[in-house]
Amino acid sequence: MVGIVIVSHSGKLAGGVKDLIEQLTQGRVRVEVAAGAVDGSLGTDATAITAAIQRADTGEGVAVLMDLGSAVLSAETALDLLPLEARKRALLCDAPLVEGAVAAGVEASLGSDLAAVRQAAEMSRSLSKLGG
Amino acid sequence: MITSSSIASWLRKAAAEVASHRDELTALDAAIGDADHGINLQRGFAAVLGRMEAGNPAEKTPAALSKEAGMVLVASVGGASGPLYGTFFLRFGGALGDQRELDAATLAAAFRAGLEGIRQRGKAELGEKTMIDAWQPAVEALESAVAAGKPLEVAMWAAAAAAQAGAEATTPMVARKGRASYMGERSRGHQDPGATSTALLVKAAAEAFSERE
Repeated sequence: MVGIVIVSHSGKLAGGVKDLIEQLTQGRVRVEVAAGAVDGSLGTDATAITAAIQRADTGEGVAVLMDLGSAVLSAETALDLLPLEARKRALLCDAPLVEGAVAAGVEASLGSDLAAVRQAAEMSRSLSKLGG
Repeated sequence: MITSSSIASWLRKAAAEVASHRDELTALDAAIGDADHGINLQRGFAAVLGRMEAGNPAEKTPAALSKEAGMVLVASVGGASGPLYGTFFLRFGGALGDQRELDAATLAAAFRAGLEGIRQRGKAELGEKTMIDAWQPAVEALESAVAAGKPLEVAMWAAAAAAQAGAEATTPMVARKGRASYMGERSRGHQDPGATSTALLVKAAAEAFSERE
C-alpha cells in the first residue's frame, strides 16, 4: 500500500491531519509526519522529511503532502537526500494539505498505485466546499 | 591556498556575522515576511558550528566539511533559507572533489555550483527580491576577477562588494517569491532579508579566505 507523509511547520497541524486520515481509513494506511523545526518551534526539516518518507515506504511508494513556504522547499530537498531507488517511489503532491492528504489517504487505502494516489490528492484543488 | 581550515574559518565567521546581525535580519523579515530570518539562521549556523567543533575540521576534506554544513543547515534552520543555504553548501562541497587545497578557479566553480543549486531550489531569477540578487552578482564578480588573474583575496572582496551592492539593490524591488510576495507592491522600500544575509556570508568568506596561515 502507498504510504503518506505529512509535512507541516506545525506538529499539531500535521498530527491532526494524520488523525483525520487514520479515522477515515481505519488505520489501514501508513501515515508518517515530519513537522516543526529541530527545536520544536514552527518550521521544517528536510532530513526529518527524508526519514519520514523512508518509514512510510513499504515498497509501493510514498505520496508527500506539504503545507506552505519552506515545507515545499524542504520536501524538494528531502527528495534529493533520498537514495536513488527510494527517490523514484516518492512523489510530492501539488495540493492543499488537509483536503489533499485525506483524498490521498482514502485512495491509498483502496490499494491504488502511487500515480493514482497523487492524482486523487491533486484533484482536491478544484473541489468546491460550498457547491459554488 | 584554501584548505579545510579556511572553510572552517568561513563557517565560524558566518555564524558570528549572523549572530551579530540577528535582530537586523529579523527586523527586515518582519517588514515583509514572517519575522524569523535572523532567529532561524542563528539557530542553523550555531548547529553547524556545534557539529563541526565536535570533530576535527582540519582532518576532513573541504568538500566533506561543506557538505556536513549543508546537511546541518537543511535540518536545523527551519525556514526557507534552510533548504536554500543548505543546498548552496551541499552543491559547493559537491564541486570540490577530494582536493585538500583549493585554487581560485576551483573555488569560483564551487560558488557557481552553489548559486545554481539555490536557483534550482528556489526557482527565482534576478530581480525578484531574493537572495539570488546578492548571490548572482557576487559569483559573477568572483568569476571575472579570477578570469582576469586577480589574487583570490582580491576576487573574494570584489564578490563581497557585489553581494552587498546586490542586497541594497533589492530595496526598490517588488517581491515575487516566498512569503514577501503576498505583500505585492507593499514589499517595495524594504531590503530583502535573504539577500542581506547572503552579503554577510560572502563577506565572511572574503575575510576567511584572506587569512594567511
